[in-house]
Amino acid sequence: MPITRRRARGSDRVDLTGFAVAVGADGPVTIAGLSSRGGAVSGVRVVSAPTGIEWIQADEMIVSCGAATPVADLDAALAKHGQCVVLPRSGTVGGALAVGRSDIRRLGYGHLRNSLLQANYVSAAGEIVKAGGPTVKNVSGFDLCRLLVGSRGTIGFIGAVILRTRPLPAASQWFTSARDPWSVLANLYRPVSVLWDGEATWVLLEGHATDIAEQAAKAALQPTDGPPKLPTEATWSMAAADLRSLVGSTGFVAEIGVGVVHHTKPAPERTVPPASLALHARLKHQFDPSGRLNPGIDVLGVR
Amino acid sequence: MTPLVHDLVDDLGDAIGTDRVRVGSAELSLYRRDASNFVGNAAIVCFPLTTAEVQAVIRACVQHGRPWVARGSGTGLAGGATPLDGAVVISLAKMNRILSVDPDSRLAWVEPGVLNLDLTKAVQHHGLHFAPDPSSQQSCTIGGNVANNAGGPHCLADGVTSAHVLAMEVVLPEGDIITIGGEDADPLGFDLRGCFVGSEGMFGIATKVCVRLTQTPPTIRTMLLDYDSVEDGAATVSAIIADGMVPAALEMMDALCTRAVEEYIHAGLPMDAAAILLVEVAGLAHSVENEVQRIIAIGTANRARSVRVAKDEVERALLWKGRKSAFGAIARIKPNYYLHDTVVPRRKLPEVLNKVYEIANRHDLLVMNVFHAGDGNLHPLLVFDKREPGIMDRVLAAGDEIVRVSVAAGGVLSGEHGIGLEKRDYMPLMFDPADLAAQAAMRAAFDPTGLANPTKVLPSPAACGDAHHAPEGAWI
Repeated sequence: MPITRRRARGSDRVDLTGFAVAVGADGPVTIAGLSSRGGAVSGVRVVSAPTGIEWIQADEMIVSCGAATPVADLDAALAKHGQCVVLPRSGTVGGALAVGRSDIRRLGYGHLRNSLLQANYVSAAGEIVKAGGPTVKNVSGFDLCRLLVGSRGTIGFIGAVILRTRPLPAASQWFTSARDPWSVLANLYRPVSVLWDGEATWVLLEGHATDIAEQAAKAALQPTDGPPKLPTEATWSMAAADLRSLVGSTGFVAEIGVGVVHHTKPAPERTVPPASLALHARLKHQFDPSGRLNPGIDVLGVR
Repeated sequence: MTPLVHDLVDDLGDAIGTDRVRVGSAELSLYRRDASNFVGNAAIVCFPLTTAEVQAVIRACVQHGRPWVARGSGTGLAGGATPLDGAVVISLAKMNRILSVDPDSRLAWVEPGVLNLDLTKAVQHHGLHFAPDPSSQQSCTIGGNVANNAGGPHCLADGVTSAHVLAMEVVLPEGDIITIGGEDADPLGFDLRGCFVGSEGMFGIATKVCVRLTQTPPTIRTMLLDYDSVEDGAATVSAIIADGMVPAALEMMDALCTRAVEEYIHAGLPMDAAAILLVEVAGLAHSVENEVQRIIAIGTANRARSVRVAKDEVERALLWKGRKSAFGAIARIKPNYYLHDTVVPRRKLPEVLNKVYEIANRHDLLVMNVFHAGDGNLHPLLVFDKREPGIMDRVLAAGDEIVRVSVAAGGVLSGEHGIGLEKRDYMPLMFDPADLAAQAAMRAAFDPTGLANPTKVLPSPAACGDAHHAPEGAWI
């Protein structure tokens, strides 16, 4: 039996036909969401991805939606099924994925990139392309979804996605401690977040209420209302092991066990070796040879 | 040996020493295949010990225009490490050192030839483990896990290999050495690390891998539920997930498999059950006990005939021994098997399983099912005696239909074995030409030479219409 083309496009997902037409195949073009992460490239024709939830399959723990769907709307709809997505709770789904930065729950929930199962994007040639697949486990072909996450719309414009969801916790509580964050981390089982500003430590625990209470008692944690205010001036990326180098300094909140530092001061310069630069250039050339997608955005220029 | 190969052997010998460049026919025959049914032919097998030696080998191959195939333990089931067209096999088995372990940051740097289970054994005294646990974990390598984005029963809760790799030192197919990913939280640029994991040896060779280590849960409870119908077992699986639980493992065996295993290891499995579920929950004590009670209630509501909760580690090990002994048990029934690997939506498990039984019956084959039900990852095992005339044609025809019904049910071609040669020509079932062109573009960016394990994963345009096309240079 010959292999035949799969079912018609659009039958199982958000219809991207109009979005693909809008992106087109020629000329510079940029994509806008809710402008919560910097917004569209100025001076360039702007397009927007479809918005709205296509379906929620709670027993499969997956959801399909347009990339312009606000994360808050998605979480509100999923909450009715006792679930949520592992995306920062601001802006759009597509924006969160394109930027590829997790929020302060990353220690416990993992990187947001792991929640993207399938992406349908519009390429620089104006074609609709599918990456990944709809199931929670899938190693069918190369992992194009990972290339899209964090590519800031320079590889393709994400139009629709299927995301893995996770259960909402039975209980959730922030705590604080004057103890050093590494001893706190070592004494807890899979905390969702451990934050440290050089003096105090904050911890988010989730799960069964009695487990939370016992963990808190074991680590001498005190309940508090929420996390500290995070500096928004800069985000540093460090190795988790190197966070100890911040001892004695101020003006930051560090994600212990992760390495993200929310800082008032600019991030240190990072260098990219020539071979890595060349590989980035080859990827960009393969996917967008004329540089028409989000022109001027340099994924290696982000600090 | 042709003069062309002879020249390459000389260059490889100069690069890494003649004692680690092998061309003897007996040795080459050992590297003609992986654990799949695809057999190729290798021109040379070499055993580098360092990143510099891997680089030298790749450069020599490029200089001679010779394809090369990286290989770990050769446990892959899709032909990904089968050498075609007289390729050079680059064995990473001797690069097997655990380079460093940082228990505070919960990561380790290892060489690609480290065995999966050896890594967990080396870090378990820190209360840590490496989460991916494919059934071959005693013999498969971390490098192979990276190449195939390996899974295993406990990846339901913790994710497959990609979620547990932070960084890699890689020799690219043009010979450059780069570090992709990083220990830092958000390395600059594209997620090259994520692109590389699961690339089946076609993007380069990882010579050092930085893996994330996972805290070992303080409390683990393992349950066995048995049913009069596969449908009731599958309904239990969906109900557990819909109730907001993600167990550490959620495995199913059907009647034939259960009987074969029980007769083999005598674990007290119910011989008359149509299906059994092995459910493991792990974490903190109160959460675990709460989930045990909820799962018992859900199982009972879905007509579980009995629920057995392992009372101690000995009983837990016995239940897992049952799950992990399926292959040994099957060998007592028939000498050969073909293990398939597809994923379907959980809700489609009964429908697809019934079709699998129907397909096997129609082809007069025995099929057993033992699989990761929690993520819908089916593993139909066609068991047979290959000495029976015409049997391989029936096995392949049945397998072809199993793949098609899985994809038609909204599933995917592979959950953990990869595409390799086995499913290469099925890729158009899942992907349109534009989708495949995008994957080919990724490959072209990583490997402009086209010499890194060529002709795997992506179908050639000529092969797209013929699922029965045997890859050139291979036989089954």
